[in-house]
Amino acid sequence: MMELRWDIILIGTSAGGMKALEAILPQIPQDFPIPIVIVQHMGPDSDNYLASLLNEKCQVNVTEAQDGEKILSGTAYLAPGGYHLLIENDKTLSLCVGEKINYSRPSIDVLFSSASDVFGEKTLAIILTGANKDGTEGAIHIREDGGTVIAQDPATAEVPTMPQAVVDAEAADHVLPLDEIAQFIVGKVLLYDRD
Amino acid sequence: MNARDIVNVEVEVLLSAIRERYGWDFYYYKRASLKRRIATFLHENNLKHVSELIPLIMWDKEIFEHLIHSLSVPVTEMYRDPSFFNALRNEVVPILKTYPFIKVWHAGCASGEEAYSMAILLQEEGLLPRSRLYATDINDDGLKKAEQGVYQLDDIKEYQNNYHKSGGKGDLLDYFRISSNKAIINTSLKHNVRFSNHNLIRDSSFGTMNIIFCRNVYIYFEPELQDRVTQLFLDSLAPGGFICLGSKESIHIENYPHELEVFNERARIYRKLYQ
Ligand SMILES: C[S@@+](CC[C@H](N)C(=O)[O-])C[C@H]1O[C@@H](n2cnc3c(N)ncnc32)[C@H](O)[C@@H]1O
Repeated sequence: MMELRWDIILIGTSAGGMKALEAILPQIPQDFPIPIVIVQHMGPDSDNYLASLLNEKCQVNVTEAQDGEKILSGTAYLAPGGYHLLIENDKTLSLCVGEKINYSRPSIDVLFSSASDVFGEKTLAIILTGANKDGTEGAIHIREDGGTVIAQDPATAEVPTMPQAVVDAEAADHVLPLDEIAQFIVGKVLLYDRD
Repeated sequence: MNARDIVNVEVEVLLSAIRERYGWDFYYYKRASLKRRIATFLHENNLKHVSELIPLIMWDKEIFEHLIHSLSVPVTEMYRDPSFFNALRNEVVPILKTYPFIKVWHAGCASGEEAYSMAILLQEEGLLPRSRLYATDINDDGLKKAEQGVYQLDDIKEYQNNYHKSGGKGDLLDYFRISSNKAIINTSLKHNVRFSNHNLIRDSSFGTMNIIFCRNVYIYFEPELQDRVTQLFLDSLAPGGFICLGSKESIHIENYPHELEVFNERARIYRKLYQ
């Protein structure tokens, strides 16, 4: 029997993130078996313009995360501007207007930590380009729970600070150039070591 | 059981300890944000495990109150979501203008910024003298701050942008007295605003309102509790009264076919039907 290596894929990014997401998400096949949840730093006014833009370019469904919504495979959920995005034990999404974390709401740390509480070692988190250090603490949390962390190779990042912080904290299992990330996750998603 | 499962158990035990000891029921609060706030509280108090909190809150009411305050999320702004306040001003206020007296309830008012935003709006529309605003919360620290009406000047300056986008007619700073780095809300705006403690879970209806704000509170509640609170609001509204939720919140209108209609979907404004 085939088993999935991960049950959730998280992506955190900030400055330069739109282009980086455009390099990864369109390569994910429509029948990809794992839900994807994304925090791209943005302000409260951003509407769901980013989600609809990405949705046009992707085979998976890209949509703004709705409070209380169940996460499904074949879908990428984008945190709305002005809200933290968390995942509940029953695999529904939750929004929260609590304090900014790392000057950010949505914050990557908040998403990563709450997802790790639910999915543990079945979590894959990816940190892409960005100008601050949001995501490092979340990445550490994920590693402690046995999950996997990929940092974009800072040399390929429009703004290297964010993936570099994860690398410096020794919280990355893999450091990959931007154009290899999609291939990596699609190639590794199935675990074949069970029969 | 792995460590994550153990934490889940600890959280449930803590919540029932709080319920048994103090009668506060967090059972229908969503766990992810509660857990995050409990973790922060542990960190700030140099505690390692959630269960260490139980003996502390059992025997020390003050610690319990600190915990409650950190569990609620009293984070707010003036004119949060300007497009909502714009719809309020342009679509709801003309209806309110036809009423001889206007009763407003801000449920979950945190430190008062939303209630004062409404007071200013009503003032600009000439309605404040015949309005009464009731603003309630479970967080006494927030309520105290709200009653004082003293805010950071820098914050108020940041809200100017929101205020203008919401259709504000003057200068937001004119509604405050500035004293060094503080902005103090004008007393004339406070006369018709009453702050008090009210728990949406435990306490009953508040009288007959014309408009209820409950913004960014439903996101912390499980659907069962959201439904209960919606029912409480229906019982507290005059026919034709309005319910205003946060931008990412909604009411399943199909559950209330004879009670409610959507008034402005984007702005999350609902209206109680005349029966
Ligand atoms: C995020 S704030 C929303 C403030 C404001 N309405 C806004 O949208 O900016 C949520 C508030 O709901 C309050 N709250 C939580 N549970 C409550 C309950 N059971 N009864 C009354 N208020 C509650 C919290 O204390 C907090 O101040």
